[in-house]
Amino acid sequence: MAMNGKGEELDASKLKVLEFDGIVVGGGGSGLMASLQLAQSGFKTAVVSKVFPTRSHTVSAQGGITCAIQSADPDDDWRWHMYDTVKGSDFIGDQDSIEYMCQEGPKAVFELEHMGLPFSRTEEGKIYQRAFGGQSKDYGKGGQAERTCAAADRTGHALLHTLYQANLKAGTNFLSEWFAVDLVKNGDNQVVGVIAFEIETGEPYFLKSKATVLATGGAGRIYQTTSNAMINTGDGTGMVLRAGFPVQDMEMWQFHPTGIYGHGTLVTEGCRGEGGYLVNKDGERFMERYAPNYKDLASRDVVARSMMLEILEGRGCGPDADHVYLKLDHLGPEIVHKRLPGITELSKTFAHVDPVEHPIPVVPTCHYAMGGIPTNVHGQVLTQATDGTDNVVHGLYAAGEAACVSVHGGNRLGGNSLLDLIVFGRSAGLHIENALKDGITLSKATNDDIDLALVNLNRVNISSTGEDVATVKAELQKNMQLNFGVFRTGDLMEKGLVELENIREKTQNIHLTDKSSRFNTARVEALELLNLIEVAQATAVCANERKESRGAHARDDFQERDDENWLKHSIYFADTKEVTKRDVNFRPKTVQAFQPIVRSY
Amino acid sequence: MDAIASKSISSINLSIYRYDPDSGKKPYMQDLSIDIPEGQDIMVLDLLNMAKEQDPSISFRRSCGEGVCGSDGMNINGKNGLGCITPLSEALKGNKIVLRPLPGLPVIKDLIVDMKQFVDQYKKIKPYLINDEEKPEREIKQTVEEREKLDGLYECIMCGCCSTACPSFWWNPDKFLGPAALLQAHRFISDSRDTATEERLDQLEDAFSVFKCHGIMNCVSVCPKGLNPTKAINEIKKKLVKRAL
Repeated sequence: MAMNGKGEELDASKLKVLEFDGIVVGGGGSGLMASLQLAQSGFKTAVVSKVFPTRSHTVSAQGGITCAIQSADPDDDWRWHMYDTVKGSDFIGDQDSIEYMCQEGPKAVFELEHMGLPFSRTEEGKIYQRAFGGQSKDYGKGGQAERTCAAADRTGHALLHTLYQANLKAGTNFLSEWFAVDLVKNGDNQVVGVIAFEIETGEPYFLKSKATVLATGGAGRIYQTTSNAMINTGDGTGMVLRAGFPVQDMEMWQFHPTGIYGHGTLVTEGCRGEGGYLVNKDGERFMERYAPNYKDLASRDVVARSMMLEILEGRGCGPDADHVYLKLDHLGPEIVHKRLPGITELSKTFAHVDPVEHPIPVVPTCHYAMGGIPTNVHGQVLTQATDGTDNVVHGLYAAGEAACVSVHGGNRLGGNSLLDLIVFGRSAGLHIENALKDGITLSKATNDDIDLALVNLNRVNISSTGEDVATVKAELQKNMQLNFGVFRTGDLMEKGLVELENIREKTQNIHLTDKSSRFNTARVEALELLNLIEVAQATAVCANERKESRGAHARDDFQERDDENWLKHSIYFADTKEVTKRDVNFRPKTVQAFQPIVRSY
Repeated sequence: MDAIASKSISSINLSIYRYDPDSGKKPYMQDLSIDIPEGQDIMVLDLLNMAKEQDPSISFRRSCGEGVCGSDGMNINGKNGLGCITPLSEALKGNKIVLRPLPGLPVIKDLIVDMKQFVDQYKKIKPYLINDEEKPEREIKQTVEEREKLDGLYECIMCGCCSTACPSFWWNPDKFLGPAALLQAHRFISDSRDTATEERLDQLEDAFSVFKCHGIMNCVSVCPKGLNPTKAINEIKKKLVKRAL
C-alpha cells in the first residue's frame, strides 16, 4: 500500500518486508566499501540510498586520499601520518583508530587502484601524491610532506564511480532512490533493520537485516553556507538520536577555508598544495603571519580562523571587505589545467573568474562534521551506560562522515576523509562478514517495535495544518550560521539554543501539503528536516557545553585549550539533551601514544 | 551576470512540464512567474528551488549543486543540460524559460525520468576494470602517457544529457548503447591496466551497439563536462574495423 493523500496511518501489518544479511544505508564511499566487502563474500547485501549511488556527496571530494604509500617519498612512514593526524585533531582523536587508519591505509588505496581508480601518475608510473595541509615528515621535524594520493582534482568522483562499478561486478543489490526513515529496535536494544520507502512509488517497507550500516554522510545543510550537497542532512545521525543512542563531538564542525565567495562551493586545498596562496586586500600573503612554518598549508581550522580575523579586522577584499583571494595565477596555465582542471571549471561557473588569469574570491564554508555516531574500529556503534562505560549496540554499524570512530577529533586534515571512508567502510564490512560467518543471533522485532519506528513518518503523512518545511529549514540554517559559526561565544549560543527550542517545536508540527505517493520530494524534504533539527540541536548543546577552544571549536569567551577538563569526547543523548564526557583513547597498539603539546604550524 | 543586469530583468516566466501518472491528468505545462534578485545571475536550479517554494509538488532531482553528481540533467529551453551549472543568462530566451524532462526516457514525474534504460546500457559494457593477472603488492604501474589516455573519458558523471539528446538512442535505446555507455566502454578499452580489450571489442561487434552512431554529435554539444563521446565512438569503430581487416 503506497502512502497516499488519504491521511491513512501506517502500521506494521501494512508494510512489505524484505530480508537481507546486511543492509547499508547510504551509497557514498564508506557505504559502497562496506557493501563491496559483504557482497564479495557472498552475503545478501543491499545498499539503500536516497539518490542513485554516484550522486552521493563523495563524488564532490576533490584533492585526494592522504596515505603514506611511499610514492612521492620512499621513506614516508605511516607513523608520521599518524602523528600529523593526532596533532591535527588537537589531541582528541582516538589514537587506536588513527593508528589503524594510517597503518591499514596503503592496503586499501592499492586495492582501489587494482579496482581501476584512475589515479594521476608520477614519472615512474606510481600513484601521484601532492602536498596538503598539516602534513609533515619525521613527526613534524622534517618539513612539508607530499602524502595525498590524487586523481587530478576529481579524486572523489574517480573513487565513487570505481566503487559503484566494483559493486556492480560483485552483485550488490541497489535499492536506489529509497529513503530510510528510522531504525527498528527491539526490546533488547538491538537494531533489526530500518523502515524505508521506495521514493518512486511511495511504497513503505520494513527492511529486515542482521546488520545495518549507517553510511549516511554529513549534515552540512544545518548551516546556511556550506560546501555540502543538498542531500547532506544527517539522516543516520537523526535516526540514531531518535532511537535513543548517542552522538559524539557534534560541536566539531570544520569550516573549509576556500569556499567560493557567495556560493559556498569548494575549491580544494590541493590548490594551496600545488603552490597557491591566500592574500588580503593589500595583496599580503597573510598566512605568513599566522603560521610562519606551514603558511597556507597550516591545518584547516587555523587557516579558516586567520581568514576570518583578516576580514573582521578590515583587510578583506571586495566592496564589502568580506572575503579574501586565493591566488593561483602565478602557477601558470600548465599546472592549473593539468592538476586543477575541475577547479578551473568551478571558478569560471560560480565566481566568473579564470584562475589562470585572476585570483578566486573565497570565504570559509561549512564543510565537514568531525563528530557523529560513536563507533569502535570495527564500525560497531557504541552507546554509553549510566556509569560511563561503552556498550556495543547489537546489529548496528556506522562508517564514514556519519560515524565518529574519532580519527579526526577536533579538526580533520585534508585528504583524511576519503581515507576514513575506505578504511572504516571496509573494516565494518569485514566485521559483519565475520559475525555472519559465526552466526549472528538477534531477537526479533514485535509489531509494536515496528510501529514505534513509524511514528515520524505517520506524523508527516497525516498532518493537516502546520508549519511550512522550507521556512522552518531556513530559520534553522540561519540560526546555526549566526550563533554556531567559526567563532562562538556563550551569549550568542544561549540565544541560539532558545531559538532552536522554538524551531524544534515547529518541526514537531510541520505540514506536508502534497501527500501524493509518486516521487514525492516534498515528503523526503520534510523527513530530512526532522534529521536536521536533531543534528543542529546536538551541535548547539555540545558547543555551549565545551568551555574551551580546541580544533574547530573556537570560543571568544574561553580562548585556551583546557586539557585538564576537556581532553575528552563529548557525548550527547537527545532525550535528556545533556552532555557527558568520554575518555579519548591514548592506547595505540604498536607505537607510543602522542601526548598533547601546544599546537602550532 | 552582466546579461541579466543590463536587461534588469527581475521577473522570470517559467514554464515547466508537469506530469503525475497517478493523478489521472494528462501532462501539461505549468506557468509560473518568479522574481529573482536583481543583478544576480542565478542558476536554473536556483530558479527551480524558488518555484518549489511556490509549489512544493514540483518534482526534480538535485544533489551537489556544482555539476559533479549528475542528478539534475533536464531539457532547458530545448537543450539538455544540468540545472545547477546553467546560468539564467545563458538559458533565457527573453525572460522566458521552458523546462522539460530529458527527452526519450519514460517520465516518472515532472522533470524526473526513469534512467533504467540508460543504466542498463552502462552495465552492458562491463564498466569495471578487468585484470586477471596476479596483482602486485603496490599499484599496477601506469605511465603518465598511458594515464593521459583516460582523460576526457573517466570524468563522465552519468547525467544522461548525451544519450537522451541522441536520435539513434531514441530509436534503439535497447540495442544502441548510446554515447554515455560507449564513452565508458572506451575508457576501459583505453586503460593500460585492463586485460579484456579483445572481449570488450567482441561484445561491441554488431550492427547496433556502436555502429548506430551516425556522428550527429548532439552528445558533444550538450555534454556539461565538455566531453566528446563521438570521438570515443569513432576510436572504437576504428579499432573494430582495423581488427576485421
